[in-house]
Amino acid sequence: MSQNASAPILHGTTASRAIGRIFVSREFSVFAALALLIIITEVVNPRFLSGQGVKDLLLNSTIFVVMAVGQALVIITKNVDLSVGSILGLTAFGTGSLFAAFPTIPIALVFLIGMAFGAVLGAINGFIVTLAGVPALVITLGTLYIYRGINNAWAGSKQYFIGNQPAAFGTLSVQTIGGIPTIAIAALIVVIIAAIFMFATRAGRDLYAVGSDTDAARLFGIKVNSRTVGAFTACGTLTGLAGVFYASRFNSVGADTGSGFELQIVAAVVVGGVAIFGGSGTVTGAAIGAVLLTTMTGALAALNVSKFWQQAIVGVLIIAAILIDRILSLRTARKLRVSEARNV
Amino acid sequence: MTMSQSTSDSPRADPRGSSESTSVLSLISATKSFGAVAALTDGSVDLRAGEIHALVGENGAGKSTLVKVLAGVHQPDSGRFLVEGADVVFRSPADSKTAGISVIYQEPTLFPDLTVAENIFIGRQPRGRLGLIDRPAMRTMARELFGRLGVPIDPDRIADGLSIADQQIIEIAKAISLDARILVMDEPTAALSGVEVDRLFAVARSLRDRGTAILFISHRFDEVFELCDRITVMRDGAFIATHRTAEITVDGLVREMVGRDIATLFPKQEAQIGEVVLSVAGLSRSGVFSDISFEVRSGEIVALAGLVGAGRTEVARAIFGIDRYDSGSVLIDGKPLRRHTPQAAIDAGMGFVPEDRRKQGLVMDLSVARNATLTLRTQLARFGLINAKEERKAAEEWTTRLQVKTGSQDLAVSTLSGGNQQKVVIAKWLATNPKLLIVDEPTRGIDVGTKAEVHRLISELAVRGIAVLMISSELPEVLGMADTVLVMHEGRISAALDRSEATAEIVMHAASASPEILT
Repeated sequence: MSQNASAPILHGTTASRAIGRIFVSREFSVFAALALLIIITEVVNPRFLSGQGVKDLLLNSTIFVVMAVGQALVIITKNVDLSVGSILGLTAFGTGSLFAAFPTIPIALVFLIGMAFGAVLGAINGFIVTLAGVPALVITLGTLYIYRGINNAWAGSKQYFIGNQPAAFGTLSVQTIGGIPTIAIAALIVVIIAAIFMFATRAGRDLYAVGSDTDAARLFGIKVNSRTVGAFTACGTLTGLAGVFYASRFNSVGADTGSGFELQIVAAVVVGGVAIFGGSGTVTGAAIGAVLLTTMTGALAALNVSKFWQQAIVGVLIIAAILIDRILSLRTARKLRVSEARNV
Repeated sequence: MTMSQSTSDSPRADPRGSSESTSVLSLISATKSFGAVAALTDGSVDLRAGEIHALVGENGAGKSTLVKVLAGVHQPDSGRFLVEGADVVFRSPADSKTAGISVIYQEPTLFPDLTVAENIFIGRQPRGRLGLIDRPAMRTMARELFGRLGVPIDPDRIADGLSIADQQIIEIAKAISLDARILVMDEPTAALSGVEVDRLFAVARSLRDRGTAILFISHRFDEVFELCDRITVMRDGAFIATHRTAEITVDGLVREMVGRDIATLFPKQEAQIGEVVLSVAGLSRSGVFSDISFEVRSGEIVALAGLVGAGRTEVARAIFGIDRYDSGSVLIDGKPLRRHTPQAAIDAGMGFVPEDRRKQGLVMDLSVARNATLTLRTQLARFGLINAKEERKAAEEWTTRLQVKTGSQDLAVSTLSGGNQQKVVIAKWLATNPKLLIVDEPTRGIDVGTKAEVHRLISELAVRGIAVLMISSELPEVLGMADTVLVMHEGRISAALDRSEATAEIVMHAASASPEILT
């Protein structure tokens, strides 16, 4: 009985199953939505995909993509980091301050310092969350204000402008390699490394396990606390990287930089198919979600949609993403149940 | 190693000396308190290589605490703990695992979002180049494990939605893959039945023959006697005795467990069987069950027996209107019941006590009173507000009648024992004065003493004229309680037996193989 019963489930070549899986994956549906959006916009407004248009699209996405990857790591562990906007603000302003204090500082060192700074801020979140055993939502809501407050006190009314920084730093976000902006390539590398980490390392799989069932993860002997702190630290590090990118890309950094980003990032991650209750989704999906949301803003502008409606449309997208996800998982569950009932 | 035997304070851990085999694990007079509650006052057990050792005792006897001590979840307050003759202190589950102990818990602890293969190998996935996880190798290893167990489970499917039986199989596969020298099974068969239990026993025996020590915790005496070499009895957090299986009887065990004699396990009372209450004809749902027809009369207990996955719960859920069905009819008192609406079923006088009382039967954080009167919301309400005094009165009436043991009506239901929780669920439905009560695995995970009470309760309901449809995977319960036994196999009723003609062999046979499918 067992041999025969196994046949319908286990059959099908690995390749065809792999392809099948790609098409039903959440990442694919987000990507399809993105492609559809770009095509429609291009048809209505052919200037949308001009060389500069594509470049802008990629540049605008870069910072959100890097932040979304970091946030995805945290959300997959069933936590959330609401302080990322403030972390971005602090690291961006810190970058400006560094160049002001040491005009000749090597750019690579600035990147390292920015990421280390972000890592410390993220690790603080992680430690408080794991030690206090209080939902991350509350803790990071607190650090959102604390970090922002520090930024305010530090910056006051001071602002650093791109003009204050070495020209080479500013050109990072202007120069291209093969038509693709350098920092966009950097963001792509971040996504690839994070995706491999999450898919194919034990530490990465542990993050899914922690988010899927924290108590079970403890029973398995997974070091839940250190993994959680690790996820927050990685999120802080990537947000720090995004902060340095921000300082390079935008004209000025000050006390308000990055304010309000946290919700857009969480939205991007959720639209990208990462379950808000943890345990499932991928950083690739989150990255595509971030590109989708930034493209949406550009596309709606190119389609002459009023700015007021843009936000409402983003909201509809978030809810649609979650509903589609729910329907898909219900359908799979039903299919599995029926096939198993036959195989008993 | 003779260290563990030389300790003079462990004379009871092994009543007959231990010359014949080596102890791989000895827990000697371990204690563990949680605040003022002493969960373990004298936890002792002695496991030898190559034996299956049963641990029995009522719920609250301290078995779960003892298991958690072995698993490294709890640290004992005092006592000795030796593994392979050496003193050990476990600070975490990881320490226990490192020492070669694998625990299969009563409640499966799988990660719903990860694949089956990952659930088995999490934290120790095979790694290939660059230290990255080798998924094909992991898949192959998982297939091999399932091959050894004889269970076809797709290693690539996510664990979410797996039946409890399958989840248990995965837990067992995981323990086997860990090559554990000591295997602790905390009621692994609670959700399995028939074929699955046999398969599990075969695996357990082959592990034993290869020298694994197995601690087997179960409420089912037939299993304990069939499988185990020695039996340790616990009561009230303390060690009572260890016996060779051949040297003790069920009655003797029960006496030691409860400290008193239980007259009979199944106090079935004769009830007046009356008119047909529920009549099901040709009920079918594509791929799940087909052509289900039967009747339940007032005062009659009809048992739905069969293997887990045979479609029994699905039939009950369809009758009650929770799930849809494709064709067929359900009549209550001769009147057709509107399909797919539980409210219609409740209005027609049906009650449903689900299998998983934690998730479906009770709101665990609400008080006993609230839970008991949940189904009475509309009767108790004035102008849309629930009258607290009326609620308390109704709840008190039912909890007294059912002898629910609770300190106060205001305590959260989660603080009650499993048996008492089950009584609250039954109270909840009795308060609606039902004509027909569907009970799904009424005594799953309930200790012996309370089990008998639940059986007595169900029997009394029948005497009062309520028609009872009982789903049960426990053969003694089916044979002891039912007036009529319906056996399901692969979504069909394969046998309908009268109380007088139903025997364990016939029921098992009908449950595991219906001839027209096999030939």
